[in-house]
Amino acid sequence: MTNLINRAKELLENGTVKVVIGYEAGPTGLARPAFITDPAKAGKLIYDDRCVQNLAVYLTKAEVKNLGKMAIVSTLPVMRSIMMLISEHQVMGDNIVVLGISTEKELLDIADIGVMKGYIEKCDLRNPEKDRETLAMLNALTPAERFAWWQKEMEKCIKCYACRQACPMCYCIRCTVEVNQPQWIPVQANPHGSTEWHILRAMHLAGRCISCGECGRACPVGIPCHLLTMQLADQVNNYFHVHAGTSDNMTSVLSTYEPNDKESFII
Amino acid sequence: MSDFEPKVVAFVCNWCTYAGADLTGTSRIKYASNVKIIRFPCTGRIDFMLLLKAFANGADGIIVSGCHPNDCHYTSGNFHAKRRWIMFKELMDFMGIDMNRITFSWVSAAEGARWADVVNSTVTRIRELGPYVSYKELVNKSVEEEVKND
Repeated sequence: MTNLINRAKELLENGTVKVVIGYEAGPTGLARPAFITDPAKAGKLIYDDRCVQNLAVYLTKAEVKNLGKMAIVSTLPVMRSIMMLISEHQVMGDNIVVLGISTEKELLDIADIGVMKGYIEKCDLRNPEKDRETLAMLNALTPAERFAWWQKEMEKCIKCYACRQACPMCYCIRCTVEVNQPQWIPVQANPHGSTEWHILRAMHLAGRCISCGECGRACPVGIPCHLLTMQLADQVNNYFHVHAGTSDNMTSVLSTYEPNDKESFII
Repeated sequence: MSDFEPKVVAFVCNWCTYAGADLTGTSRIKYASNVKIIRFPCTGRIDFMLLLKAFANGADGIIVSGCHPNDCHYTSGNFHAKRRWIMFKELMDFMGIDMNRITFSWVSAAEGARWADVVNSTVTRIRELGPYVSYKELVNKSVEEEVKND
């Protein structure tokens, strides 16, 4: 942690970056995002088990971007998000300093995007273990049971779109759910509207989801909606042999193709 | 159940399957009249939300059809569509939505007889499956809720 604070302070003092995005302890003891622009306040930065939010979501926000060059405290999911955002031309690699944190909570020395790429390649890119277990449980059910299971979850949905707001990959200024000509999805939080919203969200994240699980964590009513995108992340790897967020030059899975893509259901 | 007539919506591409269906007609081949054909410029244009819209508006089955791979009028629209349907199918399977109600096929402009087969086999299958109750319930429940809240 002292390494992190010193590094942040140094970056701000020598003017390399204008803002450091990290975590600080909030008044109730929970960790909350911190945007540090004053080197004297770098001491507020923390990194421990409470720091779970994917901070990459702030990289595309105008109010943060406008501050200037950014440094960001990054665990593996944040690094993968940054890779996807660079690939999709949402942020510039030159504009970001990565303060990498290893799984042992140690500060990594990540000089540039190339080094970050090397680090990501060495990591376990599968879904987190407890989500893998839930996915295996769900995949073992019959379709009717799965339908019932998901409908029970969907009933809780209040359409607050926290899943969308928390997601670093959901950066569209105007989301399809806000389009009303045509009205693609019923606006009400009812079984129909909620189900179609979650289908749409998962489909739009197919091949782009970096399995951080932030959507499920952000959900105020506890819908495990991250399982939908994680299942698709699994399937993307299964069919197209790609893990999202492993390079700063990724092609979008659903807007590219290979002539020999395998499927078995088209007659 | 015996008088159940399935409603099937077919999303087809202008260049192959639509022309193929035209050939079925000009060849005087008879096929099930349960299908309503909607013409699209390309399979690449067929958004997955359109399929959900069809189910929400009462379709019991869906056919999605376009040019065979390598025959796309726009070179690669059907390849893109293929990837999209792979992902869509996996997601629908995972959510327990019945993929037996959707037929994906490639039908060229010369395959009039094949189009009749695709439609007939789909209609027969949907007839066995019965009306798509679970999706209709989803919509009906939602409408009921809305009425109650008004």
